[in-house]
Amino acid sequence: MNLDFSDDQKLLKEQVRKFLADKSPFTVTRRILNAEGAEPYAKEVWKGLVDMGLTGAAVPEAYGGLGLGALELCVIAEELGRSVAAVPFSSSIYLAAEALRLYGSEAQKQQWLTKLASGEAIGTLAVGEGTFAASPKNIKTSFAGGKVSGEKLPVPDGDIADLAIVLVNAGGKPALAIVDLSANVAKEVLKTIDPTRSHARLTFKDAPAELLGEQGDGWAALTRVLEGAAVLFAFEQVGGAEAALEQARGYAMERYAFGRLIGSYQAIKHKLADMYVKKEVAKSNAYYGAMMLNDEGAELTEAAAASRIAGSEAYVFAAQENIQTHGGIGFTWESDAQFHYRRAKLLALTIGSPVQWKEKLVRQLEAKNAA
Amino acid sequence: MDFNDTPEEAAYRAEVRAWLDKNAVRKENVPASEVPGRGDVLRASKAWQAKKADAGYACITWPKEWGGAGGSSIHNVIYSQEESNYAVPGGVFAIGLGMCIPTLMSWGPEEAKQRYVKPAVRGEEIWCQLFSEPAGGSDVAGLRTRAERDGDDWVINGQKVWTSGAHYSDFGIVVVRTDPTVPKHKGLTMFYIDMKSPGIEVRPIKQMSGGSEFNEVFFTNVRVKDSQRLGKVGEGWKVALTTLMNERLAVGGNQGNADVKELISLARETNIDGEAAIGNGAVRERIADWYVQAQGLKFTRFRTLTALSKGQTPGPESSISKIIAAKKMQELGSFGMDLQDMGGVIRDREISAEGAAYQEQWLGAAGYRIAGGTDEILRNIVAERVLGLPSDIRVDKDIPFNQMPKGK
Ligand SMILES: Cc1cc2nc3c(=O)[nH]c(=O)nc-3n(C[C@H](O)[C@H](O)[C@H](O)COP(=O)(O)OP(=O)(O)OC[C@H]3O[C@@H](n4cnc5c(N)ncnc54)[C@H](O)[C@@H]3O)c2cc1C
Repeated sequence: MNLDFSDDQKLLKEQVRKFLADKSPFTVTRRILNAEGAEPYAKEVWKGLVDMGLTGAAVPEAYGGLGLGALELCVIAEELGRSVAAVPFSSSIYLAAEALRLYGSEAQKQQWLTKLASGEAIGTLAVGEGTFAASPKNIKTSFAGGKVSGEKLPVPDGDIADLAIVLVNAGGKPALAIVDLSANVAKEVLKTIDPTRSHARLTFKDAPAELLGEQGDGWAALTRVLEGAAVLFAFEQVGGAEAALEQARGYAMERYAFGRLIGSYQAIKHKLADMYVKKEVAKSNAYYGAMMLNDEGAELTEAAAASRIAGSEAYVFAAQENIQTHGGIGFTWESDAQFHYRRAKLLALTIGSPVQWKEKLVRQLEAKNAA
Repeated sequence: MDFNDTPEEAAYRAEVRAWLDKNAVRKENVPASEVPGRGDVLRASKAWQAKKADAGYACITWPKEWGGAGGSSIHNVIYSQEESNYAVPGGVFAIGLGMCIPTLMSWGPEEAKQRYVKPAVRGEEIWCQLFSEPAGGSDVAGLRTRAERDGDDWVINGQKVWTSGAHYSDFGIVVVRTDPTVPKHKGLTMFYIDMKSPGIEVRPIKQMSGGSEFNEVFFTNVRVKDSQRLGKVGEGWKVALTTLMNERLAVGGNQGNADVKELISLARETNIDGEAAIGNGAVRERIADWYVQAQGLKFTRFRTLTALSKGQTPGPESSISKIIAAKKMQELGSFGMDLQDMGGVIRDREISAEGAAYQEQWLGAAGYRIAGGTDEILRNIVAERVLGLPSDIRVDKDIPFNQMPKGK
C-alpha cells in the first residue's frame, strides 16, 4: 500500500506553493474583490501559472502539455485552494480541458486542448440554468443544426472564457456541445457571494457549436467530468481548510481575553481540533479519490462523491469557525478571514452541492451492495 | 396555561391588526426583491416609530408617563406577532430602546430620564452602546478607555469599536475605566454621552457582508459632566450588567428573512438528483429540525415574557435563544443555498430565491454569532450560571488592571 504522492509530485507542490505565496498573497485576491467585477481575475498570477506549464500539466504531450497525470493536478489544486487564488484554473483545466481530453475528437483536441494547455485560451463548463440543479429532464438550452440557443447561469469565468463546453438538450437528450464564445453569445457578469471568482450569465442566440466528439451518452459524460473535478476541487478544499485552520490557530495564539490566550480555552481548542479532524478526513478521502481518478478505478464514482462531501464539509466548517475564532474583527471587510468564508461556500456549490452528491453516493452504494 | 386569546386579548389583536392594515403593507404584497425596505431607511424608521408612539404601540409595556402605553407583556407579544406580518422598517431603535434607555431608567438621574426617554420612544433620538473595545469584546471589563476627573467634569480618552449605529446615533452609553489600580471589574464607571460632543470621532467599519452598520469611535479629551454618570463611580460593571441582561432579551428574535416556510417553497421548486427536493428525506429532516428549533425559540420567549409579566426577572436561560438562533440562521441560509445548487453562488435580489435572503443571512449570521455575546461566551454562561459548574480558572480577577497580562 502506498497512499501518498511521489517525491517529484511533492517537489512540484512545493514549487507551486512558493510561487503562489509570492505572487498570490491575499493582497492580490483583495484587489480582485475590491474591483467589483472590473478586474475579473489576477492576470499576473494566471500568466505565472501558465508560464510554469501548470495549465498543461495533465494534457498529453501531443497537445502541447507536459503529459503528467491527475496526481499532479491534485497537488496543484491543493495549493490553489490554500492561497485562495483569483484565477480561472478550475474552469479552464479541471472542467473544460478534462472534458476535451476525455471526450474530444482529434480535431477538437488539436483546435482547443492545445490552446487551453498553452493558456492561449480560457475554457469553462456551462451546466446550470438558474437557481436549481440541472438534471437530464430540465435542460432548456437547445442544440440543433449546429447551433446553440438558450441561457446558462451561473457560468464560472463565463465572462472571460473563450470557449465553453455547454450542457444542451439535443433533440430531447442531454449532450455536451463546444461553443466558441466569440460569436452570438451575450455575457453578463453576475453578483455572487465570492467576487474573487467571476461568474456570468451566458445567453446564446444561434451560436455556432458542435457536439463534443466521442461522448456517447451526454449525461454520463458530464457525470464523469464532474467526478474528476470533484476530486480536484476536494484538493482545493483541503488546501483552503488547512489555510483557514492556520489562520485561526495563529489568532488563537496571540489574542487575549480575560487575561489568557483565547487558545487556552477549551471551547477554542475543541473548535480547532474539530477543524483539524474534518480536514484530515477530507484529505484521506481526497487521496483515495486521486488514486481512483488517476487509474480510472472502479470506485471512482463513490470516491469522488466522498471526496466532495468531506471536502465541502471540512472547508465550510473551517472557514466559518475561523471567523468565529476571530470575534468581531473576523466579520470585517478588512479581515482576510472573509476570503475563506466566501470561497469555501463557492467551492461547495460550484459543481453541485453536497445534498446532490450525497444522493449520488448512496445510489451508487446501493447499486454496489444490491441484495 | 393557555395559548388562546382571552376576549380582551382578541379585541386588542383586532385593534392592532386594523391599525396595521391602515398604516402598513403586508409582507406578501411586497415583492421579495424589496424586503427589507430600500432607500432612506433611517427616515422611514423614524417616521414609523413616531406613528407607533402616537398610536400607543411603541414600548407598549412602559408607563404612559415615559411615552409607553402602560400595556402588558401579552399586549407586547400580540403587537409584535401582528407587526411581523407587515413590511415595516425597524432595527435602528433596538439597541437604544432595548438596552440603553432601560439602563438609563434604572440608573440615571431624574432630569436625564425626563429629558431623554420620551424622544427615544418616539424615535426622535437614537442611542448606541459603547462597550466593546479592540482589547475586549467578550472580556468587556478588560476595556482600556480612560476617564479622569477634572472638577465637575470627566475627561475621556480612548477607543471603542463595533459600535452599531454610532454613525447615526445622537447619544450613547459608554463604560470607561476610572481606576486602573484596582482589579478590572472594580475600576469601571458608566456615563451617557452626547455623540456630537467635541473630541468624538466616528469612523464606519465596512462589514464582510458589504454594509457599514458598525463603527470605531475615538475619544480625544471628550468632556462629560459628572451629572451624566449612571450609577456610582467604580460601579460601572454592575450598571453594565443591567444593559447586558437586557441585551439578552433584546437579541434572539432576529433569525434572518428565510425560515421554514420559505424553505418549504424553495424545496418545492428545486430538485435533488432529478427528484423534487421536498420529497427528499434529508431535506424533510432538516425542515423538521428547524421547525422544532423555531418553535422552541418562540415559546421560550413566551415563557420569559410570562415570567416578566408576573414581575419575575428572567434568568440566564434566555441566553439559549441566541445560541440557537444565530447558528440556525447560518445553517438554514447555507442549506437554502445548497438547494439552489450551483445557482446558490448568485447573490442578486432579482435572480436568487427569496430576494437573496439565504445568501444575506448566511453572510450576516457570521457576525450575529459574535455580536452581543459569542456562541462560546453564551455557553459559558449557561454552564456556569445556570448549571452551576465551576468557573474557568480566572487569572485576572484579583490583580490590579494595570498589572494584567495582555495581548492582541
Ligand atoms: C455585527 C456586530 C455588531 C456589534 N455591535 C456592538 C455594539 O453596538 N456595541 C458594542 O459594544 N459591541 C458591539 N459588538 C461587539 C461584540 O459584542 C464583540 O465582538 C463580541 O463580544 C466578541 O468580542 P471580540 O470581538 O473582542 O472577540 P474576542 O472576545 O476576542 O473573542 C475571540 C474568540 O475567543 C472566544 N473567547 C473569548 N473568551 C472566551 C472564553 N472565556 N471561553 C471561551 N472562548 C472565549 C470568543 O468566543 C471568540 O470565538 C458587535 C459585534 C458585531 C459582530
